[in-house]
Amino acid sequence: MRSTTKTAEAARVMSICNACRYCEGHCAVFQAMELRLEFNADTVDYLANLCHNCGACYHNCQYAPPHEFNLNVPAAMAELRQENYGVYAWPGFMGKLFARNGLWVSLLSIVVITLFTALTASLTGENFFARHDNGFYGVIPHNVLAGLFGAVGLFVALALVLSCVKFWRTMQLPAPHRLNFRQVFQGIKDALSLKYLDGGNGQGCSYPTETPSMARRWFHQFTFWGFMLCFAATSSGTILHYGFDLPAPYGFLSLPKLFGITGGLGLIIGPIGLLVLKAKADPMPKGKTNKGMDVGFLVLLLLSAITGLALMLVRDTPYVGFTLCLHLGVILTLFLSMPYGKFVHGFYRLIALVVFAVEKNDHKPLVGSCKTKKV
Amino acid sequence: MNTLDSHYDILVAGGGQAGLIAAIVAAEKGARVCLLEGAPKSHRGGNTRHTRNLRPLHNGPLSVLSGTYDEAEYWDDLMRVTKGKTNEHLARLTLRQSSGAVEWLEARGVQFQPPLGGTLHLGRTNAFFMGGGKQLLNALYRHAAKLDIDIHYDAMVSAVDMENGRFKSLQVGERRFYAKAFVAAAGGFEANIEWLKEGWGDIAENFLIRGTPYNRGDLLRILLDQGAQQIGEANQCHAVAIDGRAPKFDGGICTRVDCVSLGIVVNENAQRFYDEGEDFWPKRYAIWGRLVADQPNQVAHVIIDQKAKGGFMPPVFPATTANTIAELAGKIGLDAETLQKTVSDFNEAVKPGNFDHTSLDGLHTDGLDVNKTNWARPIDQPPYSAYSLRPGITFTYLGVEVTDKAAMKMADGSTSPNIFAAGEIMAGNVLGQGYLAGIGMTIGNVFGRIAGNEAADYALNH
Repeated sequence: MRSTTKTAEAARVMSICNACRYCEGHCAVFQAMELRLEFNADTVDYLANLCHNCGACYHNCQYAPPHEFNLNVPAAMAELRQENYGVYAWPGFMGKLFARNGLWVSLLSIVVITLFTALTASLTGENFFARHDNGFYGVIPHNVLAGLFGAVGLFVALALVLSCVKFWRTMQLPAPHRLNFRQVFQGIKDALSLKYLDGGNGQGCSYPTETPSMARRWFHQFTFWGFMLCFAATSSGTILHYGFDLPAPYGFLSLPKLFGITGGLGLIIGPIGLLVLKAKADPMPKGKTNKGMDVGFLVLLLLSAITGLALMLVRDTPYVGFTLCLHLGVILTLFLSMPYGKFVHGFYRLIALVVFAVEKNDHKPLVGSCKTKKV
Repeated sequence: MNTLDSHYDILVAGGGQAGLIAAIVAAEKGARVCLLEGAPKSHRGGNTRHTRNLRPLHNGPLSVLSGTYDEAEYWDDLMRVTKGKTNEHLARLTLRQSSGAVEWLEARGVQFQPPLGGTLHLGRTNAFFMGGGKQLLNALYRHAAKLDIDIHYDAMVSAVDMENGRFKSLQVGERRFYAKAFVAAAGGFEANIEWLKEGWGDIAENFLIRGTPYNRGDLLRILLDQGAQQIGEANQCHAVAIDGRAPKFDGGICTRVDCVSLGIVVNENAQRFYDEGEDFWPKRYAIWGRLVADQPNQVAHVIIDQKAKGGFMPPVFPATTANTIAELAGKIGLDAETLQKTVSDFNEAVKPGNFDHTSLDGLHTDGLDVNKTNWARPIDQPPYSAYSLRPGITFTYLGVEVTDKAAMKMADGSTSPNIFAAGEIMAGNVLGQGYLAGIGMTIGNVFGRIAGNEAADYALNH
């Protein structure tokens, strides 16, 4: 089992917390901690992915710095998450991309958007600067787009699934079909409602400052559901195209448009709110910089929404070609960075919350317990 | 006018729960209030930062509290621990007014925790602060700021100017503060080793202090020197046995060691000295500080075997472990032969029976000088674990006497017209000895409200 300064610090912190337990009402991290006496790497990876970095336990901690115990649970967990996202990445060597995440995501954005635009411009010639009756398919034909994004999408899905399988196995969860449906549902519910961003009593988390606030929970919900609606817009478009032979462009009262516009707005409000909160946030509980991982992801989401909505507005103008390339460049970057950026946090958190639902039901630890040997 | 002078309606010394509440109550009544906290901002709040709950009377379910905890039961609990060392009038007043404590705090942003595993056995009598006492402090400091209360940190009162029991002004270093009324809520003197030595002698050098080094009792000393009526003795304090490796100051809750009733406790001479299984640990931990203080060099060691592992709250420091008693003795600096004899004598004296840590199981030893009367199992399954113990001083009881209006009494029998006291500085009026979980915070809460109210009435009418 791996042993690093990050896992050691998380274990040190949890050993002190486990003797105190004042924070047990705040969130699942402490309730899961109380089921244990020791904290190995698997266990702290689990606890780190239960932590939302809400900051309540830091501001309410009698042992926070300058106390000699120097307890900073959210920082220890945030730094460990950045490490273990890399550990669970597939293929393994790509995990290194978490180390300087903002840098590579930015570079990738520039390269992808530039190449995509240049390539499209050179291949389409004068079509690039023209207006088209069939909107953006006039610039790049449907089958080219579907082929390119389908291939990238498959790779991304494969990488995400294999990363999750690795994390799932480390969590010692049984095979999905052997899970209790009620417990899985509880985990999904806790994840979707962002239950543990409520501070424990519904007062909200201590973010961006010590004063409890629901702001982060709301902006995160805007971001998440905005993303899901945009995803639904693309999916419904695909269904209309193949299932009903109704290719784009669509009218304003069509499913892809309704999903896309509301989702796009959510994906503008949410990331801007989260970025503003992040800028205002107390630096202590955030931990050492995660090298732009959060910011890179939020900016990509924001750009995808802005360029998406812009594309809708300029669809029938000569700017369609350039805007399309910007939008697709952003989306392609977002896709490619999904398995190697902040996007993964949702999956690991969901799995960790399912584990917590199982542990809570059984009143005993699952992760980090001795593995039973197969006979 | 000297530019360093400040004038207020009310000055409050001490930024723990009692002082904050007094300041907030007074400011809500319209008084101009200044709060002086002796510690830096990072360590503000005195002992409140290490607390976790208070104990409100309730005749039916109340917020996070289940069932009923009425005056009769509460009074019995208080009498049991204080053995009558209380002022009945003030004590009953505290119990009755405690019923409003949770609602008062919740209305000002303090969060309470719904009952959970770790607190379940106290879910009827004690209301737990979400995240602990520091959360309560943070919420009350935020509320105080909204009320425009001036708050000064690193502001230890160095002198008080009073005449015939009447407060005129006080000094914080070079700076002088004037006010019409003064609330003294600056706690006890548990971090003042010199003062502890007056009650305990030189052994107090070996005590560990569970709160911050700022709980020095300087204001209490000033008031006593100026003729306030003392209540309680210098050696009365809440002393528990904590891990001997805890920091000298500010170790707080996590330094507790909860396995005494599961093993044996020996002193430096490797001898047992008290019945480890006398009663349930929550009812006994408060006597072990004093027991360890009576041992040579104020040190003891609790020794358990493999059977006891996992049966108690995990201590903050890892145990010293060994596969034989002799090896363990070597590691913790005890004489191996003596410890082996103590353990084998103990093991041979254990009578058969069924072990049950959830009841007084009567599993005992027979024929020893010091018998263990419950949960006595032989120490015979390696690996063996040892935790060192020292006395940990939580708070002191010596204070100033007050009236039911929280007004400070003077030694000459008069009552100060404009000095009020709240919190640990006067808790000895109610809690003359012993300890009841959450009682200190309850006294601070009730008398904080009374003191703030009375001080505001006085200041706004003069």
